[in-house]
Amino acid sequence: MPTFVYMTRCNGCGNCVDICPSDIMHIDKTYRRAYNIEPSMCWECCACVKACPKKAIDVRGYADFAPLGHSVRVDRDEEKGVIAWRVKFRNGKKDVSLMAPITTVPWGSGQPQLRDVPAPTQEQRDSQHLYSEPETIRMDDGEVHTLKSNGLRMKLGVSY
Amino acid sequence: MFASNPIAALTNIVPLEVVQGYVILMLVLVIGGTILDMLLKKNAAYFFAKAKAAESSRTRVLTPGDKINAAVSTLAVEVATSADFCNIKRRISHLLTMYGFLIFLFATLALVFAYPVKGAPVIVSQLWHLGAAMVTFGGFWFWFFIRVDVSAEGVPWNRVVQADIFILSLLGTTTFGLIWSITNALGATTIAMLPLVLFIASATILFSTVYWSKFAHMFFKPAAALNRRITVADGSRENLPEIGDLSDPEVQKMFPDIPEYLGTNPQNMGLGIGRDKSRHY
Repeated sequence: MPTFVYMTRCNGCGNCVDICPSDIMHIDKTYRRAYNIEPSMCWECCACVKACPKKAIDVRGYADFAPLGHSVRVDRDEEKGVIAWRVKFRNGKKDVSLMAPITTVPWGSGQPQLRDVPAPTQEQRDSQHLYSEPETIRMDDGEVHTLKSNGLRMKLGVSY
Repeated sequence: MFASNPIAALTNIVPLEVVQGYVILMLVLVIGGTILDMLLKKNAAYFFAKAKAAESSRTRVLTPGDKINAAVSTLAVEVATSADFCNIKRRISHLLTMYGFLIFLFATLALVFAYPVKGAPVIVSQLWHLGAAMVTFGGFWFWFFIRVDVSAEGVPWNRVVQADIFILSLLGTTTFGLIWSITNALGATTIAMLPLVLFIASATILFSTVYWSKFAHMFFKPAAALNRRITVADGSRENLPEIGDLSDPEVQKMFPDIPEYLGTNPQNMGLGIGRDKSRHY
């Protein structure tokens, strides 16, 4: 879902220009407002949508997700820690809102203090776990799920 | 020096009637340019079409009192304090140029139309210089450091595009106006001719290029801000989702992930991306 800019909401702050990893958000030379210069090269990361303080950037939904004439709008509220989406069909009858948490702790409070952590042992280095795993991921059974632990084996072709 | 009346000095070269005619012509050009802008670029038509489309998704009908309230709030917040800008430096720069321009404009009108050429109060001349100085300071700060082309796009300050017609001609008007007034007050009347010519040329470009420049933003931006307030008040919200109060049981019932992950009384998470200022260039 490539992004586009509502020119009447944009105030030309340049946050989207700074944050776009594809370098396709640029400033228009006539009105000094942001615009997506090449939607086909958009990675759809939505970084510009999140960074826009004026909610001036939206995504174009694909036809199977939101039919023509649709509206897909997002509001990411960092202080409340949620992201909300609203998808509206062109006839206005289907109007769906979705909301999900984007953090469970205050921003910046989860930075690992690696200086205070002991160096990994050889066993930890050889394991498949990354730093702080499995404690920080929801592994209720305490182990990483593998093909073997789930009774599966690799086969040629498509596995079901 | 700043108490000298620049219009009195100008009337030593050209009759006052010519100066008054020039100011009226500039006023006509601004009005004409703005009307042309609205008609040919269909800005007003866009706003009305958008308002019409939003009617179907509004949740309440606004009373005239609600609309007046939205208009007053827009004037007091977005217009008077440039609240549209989230970058504090840009906001201060815009306030300096906006109020400086208004002071400069009204002082010019007062000096040209309200008082006899030699009898204008000193305070009006001082305000003329103060307004010009505010625009010059705020404008050059914007031009060299804050302008998004320089601060985010990373282009050199001396690259000029169409969007710069307004700021450059505004800066030219106030800067050359100040230089002209100062050199004139110092008695260098011959040298003062050059900044005077550049001052008149810049002012003419500023007021005659409304159709091509960003001059009309001073009319359209308040209209856009008012439109945003209206859509929030009538519930149409420009199709944006409503997040609401996350501790409200109704909201939690609708979105059960909220109480599961954030608790029944979610805390303030502070700023995420907003904590990190973009300094990529």
